[in-house]
Amino acid sequence: MKDIIIIGGGIIGCSIARELSRFSADILLLEKGNDVSVGTTKANSGIVHGGHDAYPNSKKAYYNVKGNAMFDQLSKELDFPFRRNGSMVLCFNEDLKCGLNDLLARGEQNGVKGLYIVDGDKAREMEPHLSKSVVAALVIPSGGIVSPYEMAVAYAENACTNGVEFRFLSEVTGLKKEDGIFTVTCADGYTEQAKVVVNAAGLFADEINNLICERKYQVQPRKGDYMLMDKSVGYLADHTLFQQPTKMGKGILVTPTTHGNILVGPTATDKLDKDDVNTTIEELGEAFAKALVSVPTLNKRTIITQFSGLRAHIPENDFVVEESEVEGFYNCLGIESPGLSAAPAIAVEVAGWVAEKLALKANANFVATRKAIPQFSHLSNIDRQKLIDQNPLYGNIVCRCEVVTEGEIVESIRRKPGAVDLDGVKRRTRAGMGRCQAGFCTPRIMEIIARELNLPLEEVTKRGGASQVVFGRTK
Amino acid sequence: MRKMNLVIVGGGPAGLAAAKAAYDCGERDILILEREAELGGILNQCIHNGFGLHTFKEELTGPEYAQRYIDQVVERGIEYRVNATVIDVSKDKVVTYVSAVDGLTQIQAKAIILACGCRERPRGGINIAGMRGAGVFSAGTAQKLVNIDGYMPGKECVILGSGDIGLIMARRMTFEGAKVKAVVELMPYSSGLNRNIVQCLNDFDIPLYFSHTVVDIKGKDRVTGVVVAPVDEKLAPIMDKAELIECDTLLLSVGLLPENELAKQGGVELSNVTGGAVVDENMMTNIDGVFECGNVLHVHDLVDFVSAESENAGKCAVAYINGLESCAEKIAINCTNGVRYCVPTQLNRDDNYQPLNFKMRVANVFKKVELAVFADGVKVFGKKRPVVAPGEMESINLTAEQVETLKKAQHIEITLIK
Ligand SMILES: Cc1cc2nc3c(=O)[nH]c(=O)nc-3n(C[C@H](O)[C@H](O)[C@H](O)COP(=O)(O)OP(=O)(O)OC[C@H]3O[C@@H](n4cnc5c(N)ncnc54)[C@H](O)[C@@H]3O)c2cc1C
Ligand SMILES: Cc1cc2nc3c(=O)[nH]c(=O)nc-3n(C[C@H](O)[C@H](O)[C@H](O)COP(=O)(O)OP(=O)(O)OC[C@H]3O[C@@H](n4cnc5c(N)ncnc54)[C@H](O)[C@@H]3O)c2cc1C
Repeated sequence: MKDIIIIGGGIIGCSIARELSRFSADILLLEKGNDVSVGTTKANSGIVHGGHDAYPNSKKAYYNVKGNAMFDQLSKELDFPFRRNGSMVLCFNEDLKCGLNDLLARGEQNGVKGLYIVDGDKAREMEPHLSKSVVAALVIPSGGIVSPYEMAVAYAENACTNGVEFRFLSEVTGLKKEDGIFTVTCADGYTEQAKVVVNAAGLFADEINNLICERKYQVQPRKGDYMLMDKSVGYLADHTLFQQPTKMGKGILVTPTTHGNILVGPTATDKLDKDDVNTTIEELGEAFAKALVSVPTLNKRTIITQFSGLRAHIPENDFVVEESEVEGFYNCLGIESPGLSAAPAIAVEVAGWVAEKLALKANANFVATRKAIPQFSHLSNIDRQKLIDQNPLYGNIVCRCEVVTEGEIVESIRRKPGAVDLDGVKRRTRAGMGRCQAGFCTPRIMEIIARELNLPLEEVTKRGGASQVVFGRTK
Repeated sequence: MRKMNLVIVGGGPAGLAAAKAAYDCGERDILILEREAELGGILNQCIHNGFGLHTFKEELTGPEYAQRYIDQVVERGIEYRVNATVIDVSKDKVVTYVSAVDGLTQIQAKAIILACGCRERPRGGINIAGMRGAGVFSAGTAQKLVNIDGYMPGKECVILGSGDIGLIMARRMTFEGAKVKAVVELMPYSSGLNRNIVQCLNDFDIPLYFSHTVVDIKGKDRVTGVVVAPVDEKLAPIMDKAELIECDTLLLSVGLLPENELAKQGGVELSNVTGGAVVDENMMTNIDGVFECGNVLHVHDLVDFVSAESENAGKCAVAYINGLESCAEKIAINCTNGVRYCVPTQLNRDDNYQPLNFKMRVANVFKKVELAVFADGVKVFGKKRPVVAPGEMESINLTAEQVETLKKAQHIEITLIK
């Protein structure tokens, strides 16, 4: 029997696991995928929102503003990519300029600091590639960008170091409470008991909730398509550039990523299927056309990949972060944007509630820091030489575009929880994320995964399940 | 820091030929750096034959062709490193490379030849929508999996793009027992060699759909099908004529891009058209002592042309090392009326009047045309061609007298007379 079971290994589950590992408790995280960060956490805008957008007095506003303030320290402690680059909301219409004042007022009411409005010329001075049609902009200096999957991996590794157990390929299908004890069952027949259960199942959090609570929820998946541009055009934006929301919709953002690419998106389309991450020509085209309104020199030829993510929208239109009607069952539900920004604050709060409920003592061995895998491409030549001296695998460059070495790839597989497929290696090391999109390095990385995990090459997958890359030997 | 006369980045056919030529011009202080485990470049995975008809007057496979040059390099005792990736080339010609054996090494070079080859345009580069499971490969990646690693990347494939690698992979996959259901080409013509269409598709009854494209990819974990639609004159897909083709693999042969990241770091000026460097007739870039040749300069379809171009680069690099002053004044060459680009891109305003070879590509299929070179409006050279196509590189040879005329002109134009 465990003290605590967390369902879901996205940013919410992983951050809660880490915050709970400050306490002395037996904690298990169950994730249906083969790795952490395989759901919504891997495909979103990666913006650490300032908090101007959420409605005052909502949980979104509360956790967003609190979470945002935690990122500087957290990103140092857990060593994940984060930059406070600042955000801007662009206004294109003189008649709508007053709308920016409303946004500013709303932001201040939410507790966002440092907001100010600039005219079009000043905005272009700050962002030289902005369109001439920008007439004013709201500046949110506290806005930032983060690498969401690296953040989730950092949280997970640190939780693991501090004793949290991760079980993958564990889709929770049954949940009941008898005599004060929860029994959790997985699709593969595995069962485990616990005193407390935390529901962090993202898009599927409604289904987990509905297994045990009278109060039912329904998550509406809402898809957002993105295009990612090559680093060679990374200079096109330094701030995160939002468009002022209008009757026509929320607009499309153009933002740098923490690794220096430019990201354009997201669209918003309601879907029936929680696995439907199909991008469409129409949506991508629409997103690109809208992005040109902000930055007219964006060029389609510099797109290197496209992807989409699903928002876990609920009609209540706010986060559900609470101990549910069932004592000891905690819900994190409807965690759509700004879920990433809010995660650090949600995690501390939920962990606090659980610790109090179980009267947990502090974990005397808690280690607060985690070091990222050394990033060869970012080191000085002297440090590169040192690394190769220690381990010659750091002298074998596998991914040419992002300059990722065999040493980094091996490390990403050996860490706990480690990468088990091509996408897992990619999220942890960036191998395959560059301009050739894994054309050159796929065969090499497959060999390394096969070697490290002692698998036949045919069993190496792109991202688990039936995503095998090759079908056996040639004739 | 180690000092060397000539550092060659890339040990493919371009780098090997350049090294050999430099040696034969008397240079002994040469180092070839290759990031793969073997010399030979992309040829190592091109196990089909059709290489070397021009150079050796016989049909060789890719590895055989490469081996002839490797042997010549080894016989001459030219120094080389494999598993050695160059990560930086600075403006003052310091080459930084990394290998497990040598660690991180910096070399101050007198001259550098960039012979880094090219990479394939990925899916994102053409922005195909759909799911993102396994089973979408660039054709060259699939070729490596099949020919080098010995694994099958798919059982039922559709190939997008009729470039040479795509065509060759259609045949290769068929040989290995896979079913190639279609080759789909956006343009009304192929960007590959005609002989490859005949030998790789027609001989195996593989349908080739011109003016079609892939508009959607199905399948969550692994590809289960692709949706193919015809396109209109503006290349926009006609969606109500779209059709699903079931398959587990999509191979992309949608273009090659010169691998010029190092060149950019080193301040080399690049052409918008080819993605390769702007070079003069010595294959020298705007940076004194930095040369380019092979696929990094412009994408070739025949390796023989790579070898010839690269030998020239090797020779010229030695002349530079031996003190030949580079000429400050360049004469641009204007490509017009359907000529997309030519190499060299510009000529030196000097009195070195030697026979000269130009390589060029056209922008569309044209029939019964004349390739012509004009100096200040006067035709210096003309060559009649029954048909020219973007997939086949054109080559013209100018005599020393014709070169002299060009070098004395204010305005040079290479054009198509239709
Ligand atoms: C298009 C888009 C843009 C966004 N942009 C931003 C942004 O810029 N800034 C921001 O702050 N937020 C943004 N968000 C929101 C943010 O991405 C999410 O709030 C956050 O990632 C949610 O994390 P999660 O852990 O709740 O969900 P997930 O990452 O989906 O994790 C849930 C996990 O639970 C697992 N799971 C599901 N069911 C079960 C089961 N039965 N048993 C076991 N495991 C299960 C899943 O496999 C998954 O790994 C965006 C979201 C989208 C879609
Ligand atoms: C699939 C395919 C089929 C072909 N079929 C034919 C055919 O039938 N007949 C024919 O005549 N021609 C054919 N060709 C064309 C011919 O093979 C190529 O044009 C030729 O190989 C180009 O030579 P290269 O040296 O410029 O490039 P490559 O062969 O690509 O060599 C470049 C080398 O540089 C190395 N390198 C790059 N960057 C670095 C770095 N930073 N540090 C160290 N090393 C580096 C690379 O690893 C590579 O080995 C074919 C080409 C392909 C791709």
